[in-house]
Amino acid sequence: MLEARGVHFAYRGGPEVLTDVSFPVVAGRGLGLVGESGAGKSTLVRLLLGLARPTAGQVLLDGEGLRGRERALRRAVQPVFQDPYSSLDPRQRVDRIVAEPLRSLGLLTSRDRRAESARRVAEALRWVGLPEEAASRYPHEFSGGQRQRIAIARAVVCGPRVLLADEPVSALDVVTKVSLIDLLAELRHSRGLTVVMVSHDLTVVASLCEETVVLEKGRVVERGATAAVLGAPGHPHTRRLVAGVPRLPGPPAQRTAEPPDSG
Amino acid sequence: MTLLDVRDLCVRAPDGRSLVSGLSFSMERGDRLGLIGESGAGKTLAALAVIGLLPRGMSASGSVLLDGEQVLGAPGRRLDRLRGRAAAVVFQEPLTALDPLKRVGALVAEPLRRRRRLRGRALRGAVLDALSEVRLPGPERLARAFPYELSGGQRQRVAIAMALACEPALLIADEPTAALDTTVQAEMLALLDGLVRSSGMGLLLIGHDLGVVAGVADGLLVLHEGRAVERGTAAEIVHAPAHPRTREVVAAARRLHGALDGLAR
Repeated sequence: MLEARGVHFAYRGGPEVLTDVSFPVVAGRGLGLVGESGAGKSTLVRLLLGLARPTAGQVLLDGEGLRGRERALRRAVQPVFQDPYSSLDPRQRVDRIVAEPLRSLGLLTSRDRRAESARRVAEALRWVGLPEEAASRYPHEFSGGQRQRIAIARAVVCGPRVLLADEPVSALDVVTKVSLIDLLAELRHSRGLTVVMVSHDLTVVASLCEETVVLEKGRVVERGATAAVLGAPGHPHTRRLVAGVPRLPGPPAQRTAEPPDSG
Repeated sequence: MTLLDVRDLCVRAPDGRSLVSGLSFSMERGDRLGLIGESGAGKTLAALAVIGLLPRGMSASGSVLLDGEQVLGAPGRRLDRLRGRAAAVVFQEPLTALDPLKRVGALVAEPLRRRRRLRGRALRGAVLDALSEVRLPGPERLARAFPYELSGGQRQRVAIAMALACEPALLIADEPTAALDTTVQAEMLALLDGLVRSSGMGLLLIGHDLGVVAGVADGLLVLHEGRAVERGTAAEIVHAPAHPRTREVVAAARRLHGALDGLAR
């Protein structure tokens, strides 16, 4: 569906930040892009969104290059960014924010565009579990987790095939994080979305992605099924990443009350 | 003497809103206490109140005895003496905590000169020792570097070196690894753990990540909306949380960790 093929990238006059990066995004298989800061994750997101062009190699949508196909790309792939505080325009009401892709992609076709927009915004807000009244409020009236739901509503309103999320839950506390992971998992099924997610948090990738690509200094060092890559890492860098995840302490001596399983 | 004794601490915003209420806890020398809670729970404010560094306009009531001295309402000069000797702090983002115009050597020399009254060659030697103690490679070269030339992990090591140079009885670390990559975080936690253990100083570790805090602290205090809702050993809280909020947090953390650990089976 979406594919990076032999992608290289360097910022003007700078050293290469991505070197020969290749991987496919397969419909229905969530993909996690993991690596440390400076590994090239966010640059890769810019390339997959068509916001920058590879210096060599190609990003392909349905097997074809992106040049001249910006609109097809935008319809198919919608982004969600890390920081819900800065990615939502504070001066616009939620209905206007969520409707933006519908307007900019010219997807409102009925005679009464205003009514059509309101109907589709209400629908998108319902998908992400926000009340209908949210439409008439401003971003600052919402908590961080709710703002991220608004950003997701904005991304899914135009019915994309891929949700490209750059650290979508990193800024959130653990309880909110899990509820958003549940939401993304549900949207995958109900909306037929494929989630491509950049994260430095391996527990999040393990929760949501069937496929994992590990980047180190702009190169793919390991990729494949998440169960194999993170469950039995082959490359030393992946092993270091997995070993670095802080673990919860073991049970106190002979007292193992299990907390309620939240499913 | 009790190292830190906090009784009924309340912190109020300038508009009178209560941000921390009725917080009480105490630490003995060598204790390692974790203060955990989500953002806005009052963790950082509680820590700032402990060393008399609350932002302007905020008011604190109750009692904070640090090494036997009352912090709340103490005049600035007394607090200056107390900070460093009794307690030193490491913050989340080292770049904002390090003076960008000073070389690393000068930054680390400052507390050494003030606290241990070292000068000249002895001071230079102590600076290099302090940098080696936090496992910074090539201390001579590093002492001549400016903070912006270092990686995030190196900067946090410098901040720790500065805090330890004061030989404080209590080290307060506020989300010291939140801005670092996971592998660097793991190294940093191991370093803190080792340094605190070998020097016998107390550690008040503040964080939102249960795995991080519980991995280093022996005891945990869970804050929610400005109040302590639960306390116990790290193992007790992770395996038998009592308060509904703690149960939610633990269940969420266990689910995330379970997803990763489940892959290895």
